[in-house]
Amino acid sequence: MTQDNPMREVIAAQNDPVGGLTSDPIAAGTDAATTATPAAEAPRAKRVTQRQLIRRRFLRNKPAVVGMAVILAMFAMAWVVPNFLPWRYDQLDNNAFYAPPGTGNHLLGTTQAGADVLALTMRGLSKSLIIGFMVALLQTSIAALVGSSVAYIGGVYQTAMMWIVDLLLVIPSFFLIAIVTTGGPKGPHAWLLLVVLLAFFGWPLSSRVVRSMSMSVKEREYVQAAKYMGLSTTKTLIRHIIPNISSMLIVDACLGVGYAILAEAGLSFFGFGVQAPDTSLGTLIAEGQQTATTFPWIFLAPATFLVILVMCVNAIGDGLRDALDPNSMSGGRA
Amino acid sequence: MLQRYVTWLGNVFGHWNWGTSPKGGSVNEEVSRRMWVSLRLMLPGWLLGVVLGVAIGAYTATKQYKVSDRVATAFTLFLIATPSFVLGTVVQILAIKFNKAVGSTVFYVSQEQTAGTAGFWNLLLDRAHHIILPTLVLTLLGLSSLSRLQRNLMLDSLGADYVRTARAKGLRRSKAVVKHALRTALIPTGTYIAFQVSGLFLGATYTERIFGYNGMGIYGVSTISGLDINGVVAVTAFGGVCYLVGATLADIFVAILDPRVRLS
Repeated sequence: MTQDNPMREVIAAQNDPVGGLTSDPIAAGTDAATTATPAAEAPRAKRVTQRQLIRRRFLRNKPAVVGMAVILAMFAMAWVVPNFLPWRYDQLDNNAFYAPPGTGNHLLGTTQAGADVLALTMRGLSKSLIIGFMVALLQTSIAALVGSSVAYIGGVYQTAMMWIVDLLLVIPSFFLIAIVTTGGPKGPHAWLLLVVLLAFFGWPLSSRVVRSMSMSVKEREYVQAAKYMGLSTTKTLIRHIIPNISSMLIVDACLGVGYAILAEAGLSFFGFGVQAPDTSLGTLIAEGQQTATTFPWIFLAPATFLVILVMCVNAIGDGLRDALDPNSMSGGRA
Repeated sequence: MLQRYVTWLGNVFGHWNWGTSPKGGSVNEEVSRRMWVSLRLMLPGWLLGVVLGVAIGAYTATKQYKVSDRVATAFTLFLIATPSFVLGTVVQILAIKFNKAVGSTVFYVSQEQTAGTAGFWNLLLDRAHHIILPTLVLTLLGLSSLSRLQRNLMLDSLGADYVRTARAKGLRRSKAVVKHALRTALIPTGTYIAFQVSGLFLGATYTERIFGYNGMGIYGVSTISGLDINGVVAVTAFGGVCYLVGATLADIFVAILDPRVRLS
């Protein structure tokens, strides 16, 4: 069933109303309306902008759409639900320790100290979401800037930066982050340090990919033209190179969210991540794990949310990859 | 400061003495004892994970988009999204439920061995009994990502010309798949697997914590939270050596599998 794939691709390319897509240098993000087919070639073909095309291909991928819906629902829950709960996450109910789900007004039970598990989980969910998205945004931005500038400028700068990248790749990030957060500042904003650290160890791998992609983009005529017209390096990078690798960057950022959430949960599990009294899904899981065999609800609530969250993020990432890759056939035709 | 550093370096490289922990215990002893605990814990799970992962990946690739492939894909995606500490705890909860239902301890959920077990064979049996659940967890974790990787590689190589040629020559499908497609698809997997060797000692930190094994991973974590600098340095250096060994193994493995790579 895989043998006929190349054939299908050829047919699809012929029928494709936007056949120029694969060879068109203008990628998502830049003036999308101009990507339409020349009218002479396909007079009756409906004009489909690239944005519409991508949206259509994404919507065809059911797991990705479900994932997107669930993530949006989680965002809404994490910020709306706490306002309607009878308990705040840092409030303790002194009449209910280890109360099973459903006792009193504790929908998901209470912890050892008497805190409401539902309120804690919502608080943890919002923290995990913020951390995940912030880390992904930060690390992809760094990767894009470093990777493309390294490829474009080259020379000594490239050699030096690639040394740093390779060095960071070899370092065991888990131990280093743990060492820094143990000795680092404490307080309500300590999680920001965690964000920075996770991003700091996350960007090198993607920056290598960005570099190799930028290497081919920088040889294109429009980049050459921009260079000879005297455009500054910064502007060339931001206006011409980075937009043309944006599809890779979007997918990278999306998958980075999943990695960051898991990394944060892993660190928090050992107490190196988000510190009490604040909480994250990982911190909650660690708390619940110690008594999981006798009081499983403390563990199960955050664990379920964590697994669903990561699954959804990964599904969106896969869907975006299929939708943004012009050569991919998994999203169906066009 | 510099003097102390030189003394420390001299101890490490001259006498192979990695110093002592703040409580006075020797780092050397701890590491040399714990590394075997970790290895005993990881090895069965890792081997099973590799074998099953490659098998499932290769099998689902030949059945692309059929029910078995869909089920396996959904299952592995679920496993990839599940961190080891969640999976381990869920397995523990289920095992205890099972033990209660049966009325006897079928699965041990904690510790490497029962205290006071004597005799080599008794000890071996007892340890084998304790290792069932951790092995289950490690196997599932290992096979999840590996089977995805193997499936994608296999799909590429199944569509390749040489597999079609082999079939056209009249080779049976199973033979064409195993000898021609799987062999090529194993090369990148081999690299991946060989790199996992570096994780054999330090990779199971969460599993160690949950199932109460006192291995290297736990040691690394406890040295950090206990501010045991000599211990941290020793564990990090140990991890670095493991990584180098893994990278070397990866190269050797590729050279064995891929006839195009020849070191002259």
